[in-house]
Amino acid sequence: MSAWTDVTSETPNQTVPATRTRPFFWSVRRELWENHAIWVAPLVVAAIVIFGFSVGLFTPHSLTTVDRTTVVSQSKTVNGVVVSKTVRRGGGEFVISAGPDADTMTQADPAPGANEAVARVAKPAVMTQAQRLQMAVLPYDFVALAMIVTMFLVAVFYCLGAMHNERRDRSILFWKSLPVPDLITVLAKASIPMAVLPAVTIGVTLATQLVMLMLNAAEWMGHGRELTALWPRIPLGEMSVVLVYGMVTLTLWWAPVYAWLLLVSVWARRAPFLWALLPPLGLALAEKLAFNTTNVISALSSRIMGSYEDAFVVPAKSAVRTPDTIATITISQIDAGKFLTTPGLWTGLIVAAGLGAAIIWLRRNREPL
Amino acid sequence: MACIDARRLRKVYGSTVALDGVNLRVEEGRILGLIGPNGAGKSTALGAILGLLPYEGDLKVLGRDPWTERDKLMTDVCFIADVAVLPRWMRVAQALDYVGGVHPRFDRAKAEAFLAKTDIKRSSRVRELSKGMVTQLHLALVMAIDAKLLVLDEPTLGLDILFRKAFYDTLLNDYFDKSRTIVVTTHQVEEIQHILTDVMFIDHGKIVLESSMEDFENRYVEVMVNPEHLAEARTFQPIHERQVFGRSILLFDGVDRGRLAPLGEVRTPSIADLFVAVIGGQSAETQGVAA
Repeated sequence: MSAWTDVTSETPNQTVPATRTRPFFWSVRRELWENHAIWVAPLVVAAIVIFGFSVGLFTPHSLTTVDRTTVVSQSKTVNGVVVSKTVRRGGGEFVISAGPDADTMTQADPAPGANEAVARVAKPAVMTQAQRLQMAVLPYDFVALAMIVTMFLVAVFYCLGAMHNERRDRSILFWKSLPVPDLITVLAKASIPMAVLPAVTIGVTLATQLVMLMLNAAEWMGHGRELTALWPRIPLGEMSVVLVYGMVTLTLWWAPVYAWLLLVSVWARRAPFLWALLPPLGLALAEKLAFNTTNVISALSSRIMGSYEDAFVVPAKSAVRTPDTIATITISQIDAGKFLTTPGLWTGLIVAAGLGAAIIWLRRNREPL
Repeated sequence: MACIDARRLRKVYGSTVALDGVNLRVEEGRILGLIGPNGAGKSTALGAILGLLPYEGDLKVLGRDPWTERDKLMTDVCFIADVAVLPRWMRVAQALDYVGGVHPRFDRAKAEAFLAKTDIKRSSRVRELSKGMVTQLHLALVMAIDAKLLVLDEPTLGLDILFRKAFYDTLLNDYFDKSRTIVVTTHQVEEIQHILTDVMFIDHGKIVLESSMEDFENRYVEVMVNPEHLAEARTFQPIHERQVFGRSILLFDGVDRGRLAPLGEVRTPSIADLFVAVIGGQSAETQGVAA
């Protein structure tokens, strides 16, 4: 117990000079301390994807990388340039000949029992350059998609807990005993889904794609192929521009969703998850029963499903199922003008601002649970 | 300027009147004990003073309106509500970083010096600390803040007597000086009686007794009356009478000690005794002072 009593305070009266404070910065850091999922979840997804990717890449007869080919024989050369070669891919052997416009690939010897996936890819017997490009880039697209889904889930659970947990464990009394305005606290909490999570997601996604590219390159070099042929297949630069643009538009689009969740978090006495879910669903159900229309549910689902259709040029619907369109979004599809003139964006932001004001008011007025 | 100045302070929750027109004035450099049974309105009063809840009436704390100027007020006011309010996930080092980052009057070296004399590790999380250690940590944070008003709402609840005694000793020896003001509520009244300069009883949202400790000692007298003088003693109109080991103890308000001395053993009552006398008679719920 000596610890309590023998503290000698030299001059208790001495006034401490006021030091500069950064309440917003520290409020955001405090959120990161408490909510590890903000950075752990993307890293876990990255680790899983990289693991799966390398297993697929370096395991013999793997089917996950469609572009895996082994040169069996170089059958034709013209002036020292290979114009045709037999390659093994998956279960079949193909002849690749350099045509005047594109690489064409013809199946030479479909092995009996070859995996269906490969057979399906190989069946047309001809793969255009564009198709092969898309296939190589697919895992990279998958990473971005998985990261965005992860980000949304983390953001949803973060928002629901952000203002609820501090009231439940009464630590709000500690936070409120410090000179941090409610406005700053709420802005710091809102910045997690609106700025921190998107930034973390972009960073981790790009880093993951870079690692994947290095693994791809290592595998490529292991087969003695020229790296210059690999780079154009994986347009990381273009993909990162699309990712950043997509993330900005998506975050603005989701702003009212986050604001609603934060509002429920600061308002609900218990079960914020149910409170977040039930009123919108109840509204949708009421509309269906009363008017037999589905405006609410379609508005909700278009909000949740994201801003892709409003932020990008969407390829024609008829083309959706062909291999040409399953692949990556290109820079040429970015359409900021269309996004900025989407009424849904602005109504969403206005709703978010209104909810934001209510959140700040409630943070001030709600008492601990 | 009074540190706290409240006039007709009123707070209603639904049909419950938590504060019923409280007038309260606390001068700078005082240590006020706010004593009351459970549900008397102590915490509500403190909540209003700290700007945590809206209220009716006039209230100025350090010259500011706590509800509209809470953010500014909190630079000069510190608050320990209960040991449980430190967030359980927080590490000790993070608590130091955070308070240092947001509080302009926080002296980290002071907090470190205090913690160095405890068993608290910087890397520990609050949830890993014992209840006493959490209070030590909170006290370390608060003592390192150069505040004008410290509000303590049951700060030692659930701690053993050694911790409780050490807590108040530290506060008195190393923190308190005449430029600071402390308001404390507790059920362990006897333990803080010697450190208080003022005492206030609150019951059913009203201040029922308000006195400096000097006045308290002059005004109230307790006499363990010799049985043969009991009838005579009762003529002085005791405000309370109780039996201990078959002897009557009578409590008098404003009766001259010289006149009571011949009747038995005269002494100054404890705050707890007076509390029972003043509030125990009116309120069925007296458990608050039992400890």
